[in-house]
Parts: sequence; C-alpha cells; structure tokens
Amino acid sequence: MDLKGASFEGWRRENGRMGIRNHVIVLPVDDLSNAAAEAVANNIKGAMAIPHAYGRLQFGADLELHFRTLIGTGTNPNVAAVIVIGIEPGWTGKIVEGIAKSGKPVEGFAIEQNGDLNTIMNASRAAYRMVKHASKLRRTTAPLVELWVSTKCGESDTTSGLASCPTVGNAFDKLWEAGHTLVFGETTELTGGEHLVKARCRTPEIAEQFQAMFDRYQRVVEVNKTSDLSESQPTKGNIEGGLTTIEEKALGNITKIGHRCTVDGVLDKAEEPTGPGLWFMDSSSAAAEMVTLCAASGYAVHFFPTGQGNVIGNPILPVIKITANPRTQRTMSEHIDVDVTGLLQKRMNMDDAGEALLDCMLRTADGELTAAELLGHREFSLTRLYESA
Amino acid sequence: MTIHFVVHDEGDSVGVVVVEGLTASNRINGWIMDQDRMIEFDAKSDIPIGHKLAIRPIKAGDAIIKYGVDIGKAVADIQPGEHLHVHNVKTKRW
Repeated sequence: MDLKGASFEGWRRENGRMGIRNHVIVLPVDDLSNAAAEAVANNIKGAMAIPHAYGRLQFGADLELHFRTLIGTGTNPNVAAVIVIGIEPGWTGKIVEGIAKSGKPVEGFAIEQNGDLNTIMNASRAAYRMVKHASKLRRTTAPLVELWVSTKCGESDTTSGLASCPTVGNAFDKLWEAGHTLVFGETTELTGGEHLVKARCRTPEIAEQFQAMFDRYQRVVEVNKTSDLSESQPTKGNIEGGLTTIEEKALGNITKIGHRCTVDGVLDKAEEPTGPGLWFMDSSSAAAEMVTLCAASGYAVHFFPTGQGNVIGNPILPVIKITANPRTQRTMSEHIDVDVTGLLQKRMNMDDAGEALLDCMLRTADGELTAAELLGHREFSLTRLYESA
Repeated sequence: MTIHFVVHDEGDSVGVVVVEGLTASNRINGWIMDQDRMIEFDAKSDIPIGHKLAIRPIKAGDAIIKYGVDIGKAVADIQPGEHLHVHNVKTKRW
C-alpha cells in the first residue's frame, strides 16, 4: 500500500483531529451516575453510555489520572459530542470544562438536588439534540497520516511472538516511515527485553525516561508480589498457550514495534502525544485498561494481536484483532479481523501479513465494523494508582 | 509439507509446536525462521499447539535461549524433543 498517497474518510473535529467513528457518549463522572447515564442512552437511540466503577474519594495523582482519562475519552476524535453526568456539580463541571477545550459540544448534569428522574429527563433532551447534530455531520477525506494508531496484544501465546505481533511490527515500520502517530506500552510486559526497547529509543534522554518508567513499575511488582507472578504475568491463558516466563512473553510483545521504528518519546497514562512518531506509554498490560488509556490519549484505531483469543473491544476505539493461532482461528473466528495463520506454514510472508493488516485498518477507518464492534464489546476500564481515601 | 514446529533462530534451544494433536514418537518438520532452513526431529512427548520442545540437550540450571535471548532457566534436565514449559523452566526475574 502506498501509505504516503493514501487517504481515508472520517470526521474532522473542531480541534482539527480526524475521527473514524461518530459517537455521542454519555459519560458518568462516578459509579453513582451509571444508572442515569444508562437511562439516557436507553431513551435516545444513538447515544452510548460508558459506565465504569470509580470516581469517588480518589485523590492526588490517582484523581488526576481519573480526570485525564475521562476528559481524554470525551476529547477523542471518534466522539462527536458528550453528555457528562455526575453525582455533584463540581467534578462534573471540571470534566465538562476539560472536554470543552476541544471545541466539541458537551453538556454536564449533576444529580444532587435534582434526583435521577429530572437529571435523566434534562440529559435526554440534550442527548436528543446532540445525536441529531452528530447525524448531520458528514465524512470528509483526509490524508491517511492523520490516523493515529495504537497497539497492545492480549491473551498472547507463542504464536503471538512468531507471527501476529511481528505483523503489527511490519505495519508499524511502514506507518512510522509515513509519519503516523503511534503508541505502544505495557510496561511490565517488557521485562526481559527492556534493554531491546531502550536501545531503540531515538535519543539518550528518551532512553533514560523509558528506563525510569520501567524501573518504577518493577518496584511496584517487587513491593507487592507474593510469588514470581506466574499466572498473573504471564497469565493463566498465556501459560495454557505455551508461554513459560515473562521474559519469553516480553520478547514476543516487543516484536510489535518492528525493526525500523525508533521510540520517539514517552507518555504518562492517558497523556496526549505532542507530535508524530512512535510513543511509549507507561501503562498496565491488562487489555481493557491499556486500550482505554490509548483511547484517552486520542488514538483512533487499535491493533490487537492475540494468540489464545482475547475478545476485547472499546466503546469508542475500534479494535482490530489479529491471530496466527490456527486453533483460535478455527474455534473463535468471529472475534478475528485479520487471519495470519498462513505465516506459520509459509503460505504468507510477513510483508503480505502487514499489508493485510493495513488494508483492514483502511477499511475500518472508512467505516467497516470490527469483530469487537459487531459483538458489542465495549470494555472501559479505568486504571487506578492506589486506594481511594 | 506440514510445518509442525517453528524455531525463531538457529541459536535457540527451543521450537514452538504450531499444529494441533502432536503426539510422542511423531517424526516432525521444523522451520528455522531467521535462517529459513528446515530440520527434522522426533517428538518425545505429546505437545499441545503453542507449547515448546527442546531442540538440544539442556541441563538443570542452563539458560533457555529463544529469539537469541535468555528467557529463563531450566530446573530439570530436558532431552531434545521433550516438552519444555513451566514444569521444567522458570523465570529469572521477579
């Protein structure tokens, strides 16, 4: 595929970013507001509630991450407009204000002194107007380089490192050379191969920033572990799939960043990149947490290699799944968007596999639904840094 | 010709089974990816898809090499063609 000359059809948002979906979301600030948010989405067709478990009595860096993730989710270019509902007006207003900086339509509603029923009625009227507005927006053509692409793999097995992760690596090398904005992360899942990632950092300063993030996460493991983490990292599913140690899992994981890309910068969780290139985000390796953070950082499409068959999706970020495991393809094909099982029998080469993924990416950008979208997978998982107060 | 197992690099001590239902005593074909070379082997265990077999003799305490990199240590002797997994290999980290 000639990436430099390629274009896609998406929605140009008020802040200039290009999205590939046109969601109107109803975003609760906290767990208490999930019921009202879901009622609004039930009333107004085309509005989608994104319930979650947190948002009360958080403080410090953990609270900042909560706000950054919700504001980032609302700001994501795959979102046309946002209703924010919180138990009280203070934090609700903070999130509305953060999303409003993008210029997109956003309105906030607080439940205290209104009750669920009045809140649902008022928010439903706003959602009605917003869906009507969003439905009138049309796709426009943009250079493909405006599509931001994230990656994270899940329920990996040995076929991930042999074939599905290198397929992403092949595509990432090509996208990086064409000037795309890319991200990978999964800090603990680099353990055993961290020296390889460090060696790929573009400057010594970036290498040191990466190493500091890696070392900090290792300390979290060292302080809290009660075993060698076997069954957590690698997971039970990884072990069932044949992965034996974290080192082996990490070396497969790292093949997602290809051979030619350099790591051009590091990001905190849910932080928006400031320019093109390949970014490393310090993040959990749990699929839904990491993909939620990618969406909050502004990424518009996601590459997800899987071995044993992780079924993850995201409410606003289309997740493209790639597998090289013939058993997974045979038993779970409805979850797989790109079948690269041919790589393991030499029926396909890595360049063909990378092209198949890029072709799927372009079709997804233009509107074709992913397996996860068709199956209704909308996992939205907020990362917590520590206990609530 | 069916490829039964794949090896990343010729310096590795393991290969990965990529077919379902591999049983002991099968004569099996392996593909070494980086050097694009085929090898033949006798499987000595029933090995599930995705799981590894040793492709050289390994002593307890030896490093296991995959992708040309150390992925852990053997905690038992392992013969070529035998199943190699969490029962005989452990992480060196954490």
